[in-house]
Amino acid sequence: MDFIRNFPLFMIILSLFSGALCFMLPRKASFVYTVCFECLLTAMAAALLVFTSQTGSSFTYTMGEFPAPWGNEIRAGITESVFALGFVFILLCSVTGGYRYLNGDTDPTKVNLFFALVNLLTAALLSLVFTNDIFTGYVFLEILTLASCGTVVVREIGKTTLAAIRYMILNLLGSGLFLLGVVLLYDITGNLLMEPMHGVITEIVSESGVIPSLSIAVAILTIGLSIKSGLFPFHYWMPDTYGFSTPSAAAILSSLTSKGYIFLLIKIYCRVIGLDTLRQMPVCDVLLSLGLLGIAVGSVQAMHTNNINTMIAFSSAAQIGYIFAGIGLCTEDGMIAALFHILAHAMTKSMLFITVPRLSEAAGGAKVFRDLQGSGIRDKDAGVAFAIGAFSMIGIPIFAGFASKLLFGIAAIDSGSNFKLTMIMLALAVSSMLNAIYFIRTLIRIFTPAGDTGLMEHPRHHAGFLIPVALLTAVNLFLGLFSGVVTELITRGLAMFP
Amino acid sequence: MIKDYFDHWLDGECDPTRDIYEIARVPDASRSELKDMARKSREEIASRDTTRSAISAQKKGFYAIYTIVAIVSCIALIGVLLYSVSLLPQYGRVNPRAAAVVERYIEDGVAETGAINIVSGIILDYRAFDTLGESHVLFTALLCVMVLLRMDSKNMRNKKEDYALMMHENFFDLSHDGIIRTVAKVLLPSLLVFGAYVLLNGQNSPGGGFSGGSILGATLIIAASSFGLSRIGNVFTRRASECATFISLSFYSFAKGYVFFTGANGLENHIPKGTPGAILSGGLILPLDIAVGIVVTCTMFGFYSLFRKGMIGNDN
Repeated sequence: MDFIRNFPLFMIILSLFSGALCFMLPRKASFVYTVCFECLLTAMAAALLVFTSQTGSSFTYTMGEFPAPWGNEIRAGITESVFALGFVFILLCSVTGGYRYLNGDTDPTKVNLFFALVNLLTAALLSLVFTNDIFTGYVFLEILTLASCGTVVVREIGKTTLAAIRYMILNLLGSGLFLLGVVLLYDITGNLLMEPMHGVITEIVSESGVIPSLSIAVAILTIGLSIKSGLFPFHYWMPDTYGFSTPSAAAILSSLTSKGYIFLLIKIYCRVIGLDTLRQMPVCDVLLSLGLLGIAVGSVQAMHTNNINTMIAFSSAAQIGYIFAGIGLCTEDGMIAALFHILAHAMTKSMLFITVPRLSEAAGGAKVFRDLQGSGIRDKDAGVAFAIGAFSMIGIPIFAGFASKLLFGIAAIDSGSNFKLTMIMLALAVSSMLNAIYFIRTLIRIFTPAGDTGLMEHPRHHAGFLIPVALLTAVNLFLGLFSGVVTELITRGLAMFP
Repeated sequence: MIKDYFDHWLDGECDPTRDIYEIARVPDASRSELKDMARKSREEIASRDTTRSAISAQKKGFYAIYTIVAIVSCIALIGVLLYSVSLLPQYGRVNPRAAAVVERYIEDGVAETGAINIVSGIILDYRAFDTLGESHVLFTALLCVMVLLRMDSKNMRNKKEDYALMMHENFFDLSHDGIIRTVAKVLLPSLLVFGAYVLLNGQNSPGGGFSGGSILGATLIIAASSFGLSRIGNVFTRRASECATFISLSFYSFAKGYVFFTGANGLENHIPKGTPGAILSGGLILPLDIAVGIVVTCTMFGFYSLFRKGMIGNDN
């Protein structure tokens, strides 16, 4: 057996250990350790991606001496490797980019606790990506929820506590519903492992059609995960949670935590339920319409706010709407578009969330548009980074956002329904326009000279900001220019899913 | 006019869809002047009866709709869940599809794991990866509570609050109460022995790390509340609890990582299973139970200590 097949196990176990280790380390050491460790993880994930795409097949890995279904099992294919790489890379960039603000946002004695939480969050994300067992998915979903909540309250102001309480209540509701869904599925299939579950479900559906308990299980599970990832109408926790937490935490929460849940949902849909069975259920159409509504409502709310953080948070709600609309098509193409958009949006949003604090710092700590005037000129690095992020969100060609909108369009054309095609195209057009309106408004504002404000020009370049932003920009451009490479990888990975 | 409109749009104060202007802030106005302006404008709005009644009617309407929607959706959810309960198999009837998994656990479980208590065998051997995650859930919860409650420069109490807390501590300090101290002295040794028994005998009888650890944690809490938190804090210091948690968790991760690695690669793992029923049996189950027990004890007592005085141990 190739040694590289052990990498998923190593990645998960080492992340769990790093969580415990950062608990003991002093402040600075825990940051340095976490950055080095995330670099190591990125290298391992890249090696795994090269390995799986060369062999062109997925492999399962028995966790212990007992084979599944008695023991636990993880699985790695091309899709899993792509997402492990993407997630770990974004974690690295968000942690590095936001470190400067962490010291001001929290007490020095608690910085290491933040990194311990980040490492546990990494372990949970990797386990969600690699798991082949639906109950393992639930256990690590819990760690992800708790750790995300912890990273919100790391910034010790009253508003984060309030936001974290709201986040916690909604997320626990989501976890509870997900657990009920898992229990019902276990009752129907008698298995927790994904392939046998899929086999039994296909058998049942071919014998007696979609039975009520199956529909209920899928519905509950879907509601649970969509509450957790912030699909319309469950997105109202987003602005406060993202807006007030420390920049690293906001970047991680918006671009990774919610995407981890969505990845699990896609995995369950493709590997447990099966797309053919799924198409016979109403859940697809519900997800599609909620996704489209989410796009509209999120964009309009982003337009209405006059706070830059809230605007980006509501725009996240709209982007989650895109992803769910792609899933709601219930076709191969829809899933590919959704998976690609997970990556594209995660790269862009994490960059925006680590850029905004720089802009507001250049404007003397302001977050309202009026006071941000000229901040992009005073801090040119942040201004350029924000412009790149904004272009990608709007969907201007050569950036990642354009490629994912193109993929959504293709998926809609192939959906075979004229009504769906019209609705999706309309949503894409309208939301691109609204995106353009609110992002360009911000760009005009930050690049308009403010005259004499008494604020200093930003004196020097910070490597801790420039390096992650440059890396994220490079990947963003890569996703935009060579989207074919990534889509081909995702397509090959999806083909191995059932 | 158009220029004004454009500027307001840039500020996010009005937009084509709503056409609402907010009161513009005067840059040179002082804080008190601003407050004055805000009060005046509130009064002005309040003086217009029509606006006021319109707003309150809107509010009332919203809450009425909100309540109705909430009740309806809760009832719908309850109905769906009750219906799905009626679809579950009857108590004691095994799902034939799950038979193979259950059969192996029951028939070969003792021989394969070396543990008479099948539950321990399942959670710490067959499905050890899930339990590894589960013990880290506890650790994550401990971290969150520490982030929230541990005292530091950002959430330090002021003197007044400190005094109030001291009075409160004295009021609830039971260490001067002879009855409670005597009862605690009688109870504590047997509680400790019971906790240790449940913890160490997890492979042979119901119990194990989670239950044994919570008994031990509760014992520590009883000791702390009857003899004073600071006296327990002298023994159970912050560093000690951190080290204990760290060592237990990393032992757990690496021991299980080793077993996963050898198992998946088809290597011999050299961990003796022991005779089922003996105290040293079940392979790794006993050491893992001890590790989980330590984590649970530290977590429980840590919660208590953090909630009561915002630190673990006496030093901060």
